[in-house]
Amino acid sequence: MSAVFKREFRSFFSSPVGYIVVAAIAFFSGLFFYFINILGFNPDLSYVFGSLFPFVLIILPLVTMRLFSDEKRQKTDQALLTSPVSITGIVMGKFFAAMLVYVISLMLMIVFAMIIAFQVTPDWTIIIGNYIGIILLGGLIISIGLLISSLTESQLIAAIGTLGISFLLILMDSFAAQFSNLTILTTVVNFLSVSQRYGSFTSGIIAYDDIIFFLSMQALFLFLTVRVLDRKRWS
Amino acid sequence: MIEVQNLSKRYGSHQAVKNISFRVEEGEILGFLGPNGAGKTTTMNILTGYLSASSGVAKIKDFDVLEQPNQAKMNIGYLPEQPPLYLDMTVREYLDFMYDLKKCKLPRKQHIAEICRLVKIEGVYGRLIKNLSKGYRQRVGFAQALIGNPPVLILDEPTVGLDPKQILEIRSLIKSLGKHHTVILSSHILQEIEAVCDRIIIINNGELVADDTAANLAKKYSNDRRLLVRVAGSQEDVLNTLSRVPGVERIVSQGEKEPGVFEFSIEPEEGADVRREISERIAARNWAIMGMQSKEMTLEEVFIALTREQLGTTKKGGRSK
Repeated sequence: MSAVFKREFRSFFSSPVGYIVVAAIAFFSGLFFYFINILGFNPDLSYVFGSLFPFVLIILPLVTMRLFSDEKRQKTDQALLTSPVSITGIVMGKFFAAMLVYVISLMLMIVFAMIIAFQVTPDWTIIIGNYIGIILLGGLIISIGLLISSLTESQLIAAIGTLGISFLLILMDSFAAQFSNLTILTTVVNFLSVSQRYGSFTSGIIAYDDIIFFLSMQALFLFLTVRVLDRKRWS
Repeated sequence: MIEVQNLSKRYGSHQAVKNISFRVEEGEILGFLGPNGAGKTTTMNILTGYLSASSGVAKIKDFDVLEQPNQAKMNIGYLPEQPPLYLDMTVREYLDFMYDLKKCKLPRKQHIAEICRLVKIEGVYGRLIKNLSKGYRQRVGFAQALIGNPPVLILDEPTVGLDPKQILEIRSLIKSLGKHHTVILSSHILQEIEAVCDRIIIINNGELVADDTAANLAKKYSNDRRLLVRVAGSQEDVLNTLSRVPGVERIVSQGEKEPGVFEFSIEPEEGADVRREISERIAARNWAIMGMQSKEMTLEEVFIALTREQLGTTKKGGRSK
């Protein structure tokens, strides 16, 4: 797993992808920080997190799109699958590499929090809650991206597919609101609602069941990725 | 070292490999021969654990590829048809990565340097794989298979894309590796298989049609037992002398091929080896044998005969339905 992780992480930064992701997230978070917090004399960072979120949603599929589709296209998966590493190890290596790139791109937010801390005492629970929330949600999108990437040889399809499914997950509540007379649907959607659970993080509520929800959703998609790769050997 | 029992692989309705069984002993170089689409690559992919068999067992060093995949894979170096290279890495980074991936325990620098020397890629060690020619890429792929010094090497068309000089180099490398490794080598270049391999397996339409040494294959499938002998001596006398050799069924003169040298076509009885007797009798008469040739089939002829035969039987099967 560590070999795959190291290679994958390095390859993000031996191609422009890693730099573009970090630069784009840094640029937009800096922009929002400047307009909302500096110009607006506002010590609350959750607006920056909130505005950053749609960009994360668009950028993360670009991080995950090549992870498996490219291996298949260039036939390098033959090296991975014939090496003494389990498929789970390969999937986890790639997942953590993408996570690390993502977390690095969010590092700038710590600097922003410190700038605010020089002036006033910021609400740390809200900042930490936002941080955990955006990392967990990003992790979910990355795990979805891995699954879609393992299903296709085309990076474009992987990126668009991941984007579509991520949007659907986040907009699920609004769709369900159209059918408010169907109580079963509302109950299910409320339980599975990504945006509601993410919302409680942004208001500083760090609840175990939300953390477990996100982690288990990630585990589910990673497990499905392992199954997809394993099933290819049998077909 | 390698054991394959009743291996089958089915892709949907297409049966790519049908009930193949064979063994490869330690230190043996086995040639895998077959027309395109015969199932060579599929069999190799199953042996290396890249694909799973629909039924049957494949064992590497007593480790079942399906049951104990990691132990089995630890003992295999695999060079697939298209070398699995990451184009955005340098040769150094790539070999380092493969070293980690294979969980190799040998001293890293020394081991990788030795492999690079063996396959002659020291000169491109720092270059991006993207910028290498086909021949160098193939060699980097070969280097990757050698990492960890695995006892079993599985090479799928290792000389594709190389120039004639490189082909000879790689062939002699495989031969020298064969002293300490068990090698399975697929190719559709018959001369290559003949030059390198101790034993040959021919696969056609997913079925194993032959498993023997090149010489035995040629003998076994050759119906033509004729000997062509050129003798410097008088035509009539030679005919008289040789027709009296026990075991000679028929002898025909083919006329004068060189000044004073006649060629004779000799048909021995089945199972009889008349070569020694012929040469002794000719020597006794103070004539000279200027050439003796048995009309055995070449590997190429055997291959064509075997793969064609197969086509014929499948056609018959189709008709009877």
